[in-house]
Amino acid sequence: MTVATDQAAEASSKLSLHPMEQFTVRPLFGGTEIHWYTITNVTLWMAVAVVCTFLLLVYATRARALVPGRGQSIGEVVYGFVRNMVVDVAGEEALAFFPYILTLFMFVVFANSLSLIPMSFATTSHFAVTGVLAIAVFLTVTIVGFVKNGTSFLGLFWVTSAPLPLRPVLAIIELISYFVRPVSHSVRLAGNMMAGHAVMEVFAGFAIVLWISPLSIAAITAMYGLEIMVAVVQAYVFTILTCVYLKDALHPHH
Amino acid sequence: MATEAMQAAGEAHKAGMPQLDFTTYANQIFWLVVALVLIYLIVSKLALPRIGGVLAERKGTIERDIAAAEELKRKAQAAEAAYNQALADARTEAAKIVAAAKAEIQKDLDAATAKADAEIMAKAAESEKRIAEIRDSALASVTEVARDTAAELVTAFGGAADAGAVGDAVTARLKG
Repeated sequence: MTVATDQAAEASSKLSLHPMEQFTVRPLFGGTEIHWYTITNVTLWMAVAVVCTFLLLVYATRARALVPGRGQSIGEVVYGFVRNMVVDVAGEEALAFFPYILTLFMFVVFANSLSLIPMSFATTSHFAVTGVLAIAVFLTVTIVGFVKNGTSFLGLFWVTSAPLPLRPVLAIIELISYFVRPVSHSVRLAGNMMAGHAVMEVFAGFAIVLWISPLSIAAITAMYGLEIMVAVVQAYVFTILTCVYLKDALHPHH
Repeated sequence: MATEAMQAAGEAHKAGMPQLDFTTYANQIFWLVVALVLIYLIVSKLALPRIGGVLAERKGTIERDIAAAEELKRKAQAAEAAYNQALADARTEAAKIVAAAKAEIQKDLDAATAKADAEIMAKAAESEKRIAEIRDSALASVTEVARDTAAELVTAFGGAADAGAVGDAVTARLKG
């Protein structure tokens, strides 16, 4: 038993492959205990995301220019992008939820992108974070669905376009898929972020072996480019799925 | 023994997924909620009113500019029409003036022609009168000469020239 762990420790120390270590939550100002209020690397990188949101959407647009400058243009593009997404997917009446959806998008897109800075911390690679986001969306959508439609919201599970004998079966499938939504919603985001970062870490671990390091560095470079795309695409996917779920809540009849 | 077990647990923990370390969940969730509330406040209180206002203002300005451009275009077209109208009016006016001038000249010309004709007629009449006078006087001279010659001839042939008889005879011959 001890021999096995020693061997494993020895092998890993040689190559120093700790791909998951980068996701460790650590207190910033010493100590080992992590209370709910402890200031950790999570706090730091979420704060950076908040500051970046402020810089892009408020500071860059401070001129309120009729002909926008660079920063204001980017802010307006993000605003228009998310607004069009909400209107196209969920319809005009979903605009009441536009601030919430923009909040989600800004948080996820900045958390994902900032995690690509070397030595930073990927907050969206944790199920605790994406799970809370997904459960918040799930609860909001469910409550809005019942408040707006009453019990006819349950029509979402009763597929009237299908033949009658099939409907109970479909209802069970629809019900399961409805409750699986928050799981897939959160695991998709956290899994993508975790996998990309872990793969880069593994390649980085191999870089200390001389004959393999050029290949390893090339692979890290390629992965980094891919991860930039993944960071933005996953934020987009998370947001558009939120819009799709919201559309179900507002218009439950297929 | 106990510390060894703790260490082993720590090692295993390090090798595993920090994502499944539930002791950090409260911390992550607390700071996530704080971050989301802050972002929500930034978005809803500052960013959305500002960017929405800027976009609405830009849309309004563009629409106003397009309306102004259309108004100016309409004015330009009206000005062009007015210009064309003025040009047509001026042409008509010019044609009128030309016609009036022509009529005036024609009138003057007619008057001058008439006057010249009258003068020519008067001169012709006078000339005719003069010609008639000359002819008459010539005729009278011829009668005189004929009477004198006849009287001389009668005298030459030894007759006594009766002036009255000779005169009657000559007059009769001239008429004949």
